[in-house]
Amino acid sequence: MSELEGKKGEIYELKAELNSDKRERKKEALKKVIASMTVGKDVSQLFPDVINCMQIDNLELKKLVYLYLMNYAKTQPEMAILAVNTFAKDCNDPNPLIRALAVRTMGCIRVDKITEHLCEPLRKCLKDEDPYVRKTAAVCVAKLFDINQQLVFDQGFLDMLKDLLSDSNPMVVANAVAALSEISEQSPQTKIFDLNGPTINKLLTALNECSEWGQVFILDAISNYSPKDDKDAQSICERVTPRLAHANSAVVLSSVKVLMKFLELLDQQSEFIQNLYRKLSPPLVTLLSAEPEIQYVALRNINLIVQKRSDILKNEMKVFFVKYNDPIYVKLEKLDIMIRLTNATNIAQVLAELKEYATEVDVDFVRKSVRAIGRCAIKVEQAAERCVSTLIDLIQTKVNYVVQEAIVVIKDIFRKYPNKYESIIATLCENLDSLDEPEARASMIWIVGEYAERIDNADELLEGFLDGFKDENTQVQLQLLTGIVKLFLKKPTETQELVTRVLTLVTQETDNPDLRDRGYIYWRLLSTDPKAAKEVVLAEKPLISEETDLLEPTLLDELICHIGSLASVYHKPPNTFVEGRFIMKKNLPLRSKSYGEQENNTGHTTMQTNQQPQQVVISSNVGSLIDDFDILGSMPMPSSNPMDTYEQSQNRTTSVVPNLLDDELSSILGLDSNLGGNQTPMMNTNTSLPINNRQTTSTGNELDDLFGDFNLQTGGSGISFSGNNVFVPPKEVWLSAAKGKGLEVSGTFARRSNQIVMEMDFTNKALQPMNDLALQINRNSFGLTPAQPLQVTSPLFPNQTVPTQLILNTTGPIMRMDPLTNLQVAIKNNIDIFYFNCIVPIHVYFAQDGEMDKMTFVQTWQEIPEGNEVKHQLQNLSNLSIDDLQNKLRLNNIHTITRTTIEQKEMLYQTIKLTNGIFILVELRITPGNRTISFSLKTKLERKFPAAQGAIRCVRYNIDGNYCLTSGSDRTIKLWKPDSSLAIKTYTGHSQEVLDVHSSFDNSRLCSGGVDKRVLYIDVMTGKIVKKYQAHAGIKDFYIFN
Amino acid sequence: MIGGVFIYNHKGEVLISRVYRDDIGRNAVDAFRVNVIHARQQSRFPVVNIARTSFFYTKRSNIWLCAVAKQNINAAMVFEFLNKMIEIMQSYFGKISEENVKNNFVLIYELLDEILDFGYPQNSDTGVLKSFITQQGVRPVTREEQTNVTSAVTGQIGWRREGIKYRRNELFLDVIESVNLLMSQQGQVLSTHVAGRIVMKSYLSGMPECKFGINDKITVENRTKNQLESTNPNNNSTTNGSTYPSSTAAKTAIAIDDCQFHQCVKLSKFESEHSISFIPPDGEFELMRYRTTKDISLPFRVIPLVREIGRTKMEVKIVVKSNFKPTLIGQKIEIRIPTPPNTCDVQLLCMKGKAKHKSSENAIVWKMKRMGGMKESQLSAEIELLPNDKKKWNRPPISMNFEVPFAPSGFKVRYLKVFEHKLNYSDSDTIKWVRYIGKSGLYETRS
Repeated sequence: MSELEGKKGEIYELKAELNSDKRERKKEALKKVIASMTVGKDVSQLFPDVINCMQIDNLELKKLVYLYLMNYAKTQPEMAILAVNTFAKDCNDPNPLIRALAVRTMGCIRVDKITEHLCEPLRKCLKDEDPYVRKTAAVCVAKLFDINQQLVFDQGFLDMLKDLLSDSNPMVVANAVAALSEISEQSPQTKIFDLNGPTINKLLTALNECSEWGQVFILDAISNYSPKDDKDAQSICERVTPRLAHANSAVVLSSVKVLMKFLELLDQQSEFIQNLYRKLSPPLVTLLSAEPEIQYVALRNINLIVQKRSDILKNEMKVFFVKYNDPIYVKLEKLDIMIRLTNATNIAQVLAELKEYATEVDVDFVRKSVRAIGRCAIKVEQAAERCVSTLIDLIQTKVNYVVQEAIVVIKDIFRKYPNKYESIIATLCENLDSLDEPEARASMIWIVGEYAERIDNADELLEGFLDGFKDENTQVQLQLLTGIVKLFLKKPTETQELVTRVLTLVTQETDNPDLRDRGYIYWRLLSTDPKAAKEVVLAEKPLISEETDLLEPTLLDELICHIGSLASVYHKPPNTFVEGRFIMKKNLPLRSKSYGEQENNTGHTTMQTNQQPQQVVISSNVGSLIDDFDILGSMPMPSSNPMDTYEQSQNRTTSVVPNLLDDELSSILGLDSNLGGNQTPMMNTNTSLPINNRQTTSTGNELDDLFGDFNLQTGGSGISFSGNNVFVPPKEVWLSAAKGKGLEVSGTFARRSNQIVMEMDFTNKALQPMNDLALQINRNSFGLTPAQPLQVTSPLFPNQTVPTQLILNTTGPIMRMDPLTNLQVAIKNNIDIFYFNCIVPIHVYFAQDGEMDKMTFVQTWQEIPEGNEVKHQLQNLSNLSIDDLQNKLRLNNIHTITRTTIEQKEMLYQTIKLTNGIFILVELRITPGNRTISFSLKTKLERKFPAAQGAIRCVRYNIDGNYCLTSGSDRTIKLWKPDSSLAIKTYTGHSQEVLDVHSSFDNSRLCSGGVDKRVLYIDVMTGKIVKKYQAHAGIKDFYIFN
Repeated sequence: MIGGVFIYNHKGEVLISRVYRDDIGRNAVDAFRVNVIHARQQSRFPVVNIARTSFFYTKRSNIWLCAVAKQNINAAMVFEFLNKMIEIMQSYFGKISEENVKNNFVLIYELLDEILDFGYPQNSDTGVLKSFITQQGVRPVTREEQTNVTSAVTGQIGWRREGIKYRRNELFLDVIESVNLLMSQQGQVLSTHVAGRIVMKSYLSGMPECKFGINDKITVENRTKNQLESTNPNNNSTTNGSTYPSSTAAKTAIAIDDCQFHQCVKLSKFESEHSISFIPPDGEFELMRYRTTKDISLPFRVIPLVREIGRTKMEVKIVVKSNFKPTLIGQKIEIRIPTPPNTCDVQLLCMKGKAKHKSSENAIVWKMKRMGGMKESQLSAEIELLPNDKKKWNRPPISMNFEVPFAPSGFKVRYLKVFEHKLNYSDSDTIKWVRYIGKSGLYETRS
């Protein structure tokens, strides 16, 4: 090959040889051409000469020519056409091998002219008598589809391909399956590969007979099928199970994928499942004796399987013990799985192994082993002591990285078992000087700060760190700051100087905003209220969770659907590493409700699966409930009906006017409207992601409020409806005298003679008279705006109360509020301007002209997807008759369209029209004698609520930069993975805007502060609120984890 | 699916580059060279993702084999395919070396064209491939032969062609077991398993159907149970072996944790009836692989005694005990005792065989040609160390190699019956040979 240096002369030589008469010389020349091509030399000039060789009736030579053609045809399309005739001829050759070769090669030549000529031969080959030709033609359809999709549709190749699924030859079936799978993956909307019962049956039959690769194609296709019911799933499982004994690991893993997926559909307690578990484990273990690369793929998958169903491999701990000669990637993966499988019964063995590994050579592996020991301690309490003593032994080795790693994990052990192992602190302190990695230094500082009262020279130690403060990593700096503040709070007398020094340092000499802000808040805390500071900084810390590094459940479920594939190796969803094409998001099948397990959830599952790009991102009124309900614990598969919780959230006003930082608030409010439109690009791309099942139902929430109100009225207060009595909620205090500098405002909203009226009482509780009262309303969801100026007799004397009515119309500027019915009001008098929020009951927006034609109603009802339906029940406590009810609703502009009786139930169909022209359709179902009224609401949700997330208050990256936290005025905190743009988790709990969020040292907790004056500790994994502080009066602009 | 296959030499020069998909460009070839072969830090994973392109690779004696893909493809399949490709190449031209690849590059291209179509693996059985891809170009073939070839490539029995004839019908069965052991210093067995392979060489005429019987616990128990209560012959795969302990079965039967079969074995039949039936490929192939973990008789035991005397001296004493019938003889025994890299001198004394310190391998290698059952042998060594090395030496385990003429798992072939309906030769006409070999896998004792 290397003699091809002198290029010109050489090409010339090759040309001559290619045109030689002797077959041998021709062949040699061709070989040289291909060799040059391989190493990347340009031999395209020889195109015509090579094409000439095509005519020769020698299969080997032909293959070389074809190889050349495939490479260069694209660059020389005109020349390539010369080959068409030969292809056409070859497609009719008596030798099936040549026919197949021609079709195979033509499919690889991506030149339009050639493609045109491909159709006829391809059609013929798809019906060829020889299976070898047919199987090649099947794949060729996929090639053609890759070049020209329309051509494949037009020429009817897809139907021919589908016919091949019933071919007598298993290999043909397998290739047809492969081709169809690929085509349907590329254009999923066309539903080309319709997997149904009979097709699956055919595939399962072919599965028994075809080659190992064919089995892989078929199994991968079957895994995309959704069985009709659990019997269907079970019978497929039974037929796939024998594949587990196949020698090809790809067949085994693809079978595992099918089984893992369909297991979801089966009764989890059944004997069948137990049997399947027993059968699944040995083949997985056997994969560990394959080639190391395959072991690696297997281990990555086992890692997923263990997280999903740990029972399968619970007794197989020993096989994951690391062998001395294992490649490093196998070792690291094994270690991961070992920790996942660790429990009280096998801990002794595991620990002995880990101790052994900690003395190996590979630094990464040793570190991971040391870390694993710490994780064992956290996971199995009985073994904690042994783990700690092992770690101490390791620290004694003085191997630098071992010591550092050990200190990091010991910090976690302290957090898990506080006040238990502090005796070893002395040993740790001895190694202070050898620590050079930020994480280890930060851990050590944390330990010193946390246990400052037990370490005599804590101040000296911390002071030592402070000397090189500017050169430290931010993580260490933050920790050092907190550490010193802790120390100060514990030993205030001796450390005054130190704390002043550090605070000056961070507030004046550093550019890092996080650090500076944290410095400021400590400073303010310490100077205003040391007691509060103590409460906050030295608050009792939550215990850290036992399991770490778990994949997020929805991601895990998605990856389970990709077992065996690259996604399962990377532990990332395919769209993060695959380019361009539309990728279907796979998910585990849900067990249907007929088995009595999830009866309440059907409404939800439909809502979840119906993931429309435009979804409402509201999570209103959750804040007040967080104490009583473990809302996020049940996130992926809701187990309780969230409707129940909504009823309790009604009528909650959230008027907050902070007395200290008014200016700041107003600036924030001003800022909000700007930020709303100014979202970071990352957020924009993600608004379509399903974030929280709660959010999808929030329309229901608003409407529930209304119906809840009716409940109260009809049952509770006993007011009877008659005449033109319209429902008006009682007045409530919107602005308290304390906040309004003497002015108290209470009010309510009502709809009177088709106008929205704001009814208010102004009371002067100050000592001097007030005048010049004026009112303004901020932009809001329904465009509510005053129709006239505020009319209050002026001046307002001390202790005087003046009632007033303000007519509003809905022509003002619109901005989506959160919650939707929230209204921001500003009132001015001669003293100051006051701001408050109030909730407008939604029924005032119900327009008079809400009646709808019967036909239109039916049509609209059917048009609206089920996903937009909200179902609810309420109690008809005062036992109103249907007519009464109808009347009453009518008064509130809920119009009855029609009324029928179905199966002894009275059905009322009603409409509501909102002032902004949106119709809400209602179905009421009343069973005589039963006080419960069920109703469903439907609306074209997506038109009503532009799916924009609230302003993003702040974006912060967590310690290692792998995750990104955002908090926003939609009152949620979101955890993002920036590289994949995935919203991993949403945390709710704030009733107002979330101003800031921080993650804790080990990433296990979040801390957030918001306008609602609350500070929440949230557990990252579960989303549970661990601790809540409501101590501070003003807005906490930032809050820092300690 | 697989977008392309590349083969590189150790310097990173491309020897073979075959692209199957349009989304893989020429730059992929270079990307792998730059990011993996020439990378300063050795890549730690067998799959790497560079610029949204995934590279799967494996290395055989200086030669890099790499498959490329842009989609989310079946990773297990790609590695299985690469291994299969190596196997095919080896059977065509022996060792995978730069020279061999260069000399056979036309053949390799031809093979790649056949075994991968648009990135989908096709029939890759060596026997069948050899019937129509030859180094001498295509033999002039008759029409009949052509269809034979295509039906073999695509057929239900893709691994055997029709019309094979032998004067003498003969078959050889090798039961090859490798014993894996990890033992602690104190002589405690940390983990042990036997990985067994059954390699069959068949020289049989026609399309013979074979039935293979082994002393697997489940099969044996089914048999005895069926004899006892012959009324219920079908209920087998669900019964748990341990519930029906029969005296005969307990002694001779072994518990097989898992087994895997060559693609010729009818898996559905194995699942339902637990019988191993198949039509074998012609010549040599691996019929079955199995794994056992229980009741393994470990043929040898190594007892190490290591004493560090000061910083410059070590004393090592190794005792090897054989633990099998005295009538049998173990062979090719080799014990490898690692020594620290700063060893300067080793004094050796052994009762049997030859021992040598190989400083290039940092080990003492002790070889014994043979050793009878229930014997014991000893080696003692004095190792002198250079004091300079500060780094702690973590003692790698002592490993051992051997070969014994029995199956340490207790595996037994009960029968292998041959039926050929068309050609009129019966089971009793076939000559059958069975051989048991127990080998060491990773047989390690921590020191």
